[in-house]
Amino acid sequence: MNNYELMVIFTPILSEEEFKASQKKYSDLVVEAGGEVVHSNPWGLKSLAYPVQKKTTGIYWVVEFTAASDFNEKLKIQMLRDEQIMRHMITKLDKNAVEYNYVKRNGGFKNHEKATV
Amino acid sequence: MAKTDIKYLTAAKQDTQKKKYCRFKKYGIKYVDYKDVDFLKKFLNEQGKVLPRRLTGNSLKYQRKVGDAVKKARQMALLPFVTDLMK
Repeated sequence: MNNYELMVIFTPILSEEEFKASQKKYSDLVVEAGGEVVHSNPWGLKSLAYPVQKKTTGIYWVVEFTAASDFNEKLKIQMLRDEQIMRHMITKLDKNAVEYNYVKRNGGFKNHEKATV
Repeated sequence: MAKTDIKYLTAAKQDTQKKKYCRFKKYGIKYVDYKDVDFLKKFLNEQGKVLPRRLTGNSLKYQRKVGDAVKKARQMALLPFVTDLMK
């Protein structure tokens, strides 16, 4: 089992219910494969730094999960087929990254970044 | 008159530059987050290019990690590939 982080950009045309349904669909995929969703963070509608598929906004969703190493290929196929998804990225998290995400979620850590201005 | 002449005769002091340091080592940051756009922007110039190590003072290890994080952020449309007047 490894720690991964998935970031997805959905098309901005999605309604709130469709967005929730998509989140649930992929979370269920993780659980079905024997993994675990550690944290799910829907960022919501955000403007893109450059147009993607002729759209200037997208709905972001970031989810941290654990899964076996062969799971990502299956997940990728599902996401490429999905027309609601404009872009996705799976990042493998090392132990520092897991710790960073944990601390950030629990509200700490910000003073580090302020000190580096 | 005499005073200004002396001023130009003596060499101007230039070696009082502050020593650069790697902020990741100094503050114990071990992971460069690609989602934290405001933090990554400190390492970019106006056109969105990554600043060299000679200006940022990063150690090689963390400069690479910054580069990787910037590339990830660009793929996910968090940062632009090319732009003008980003800041």
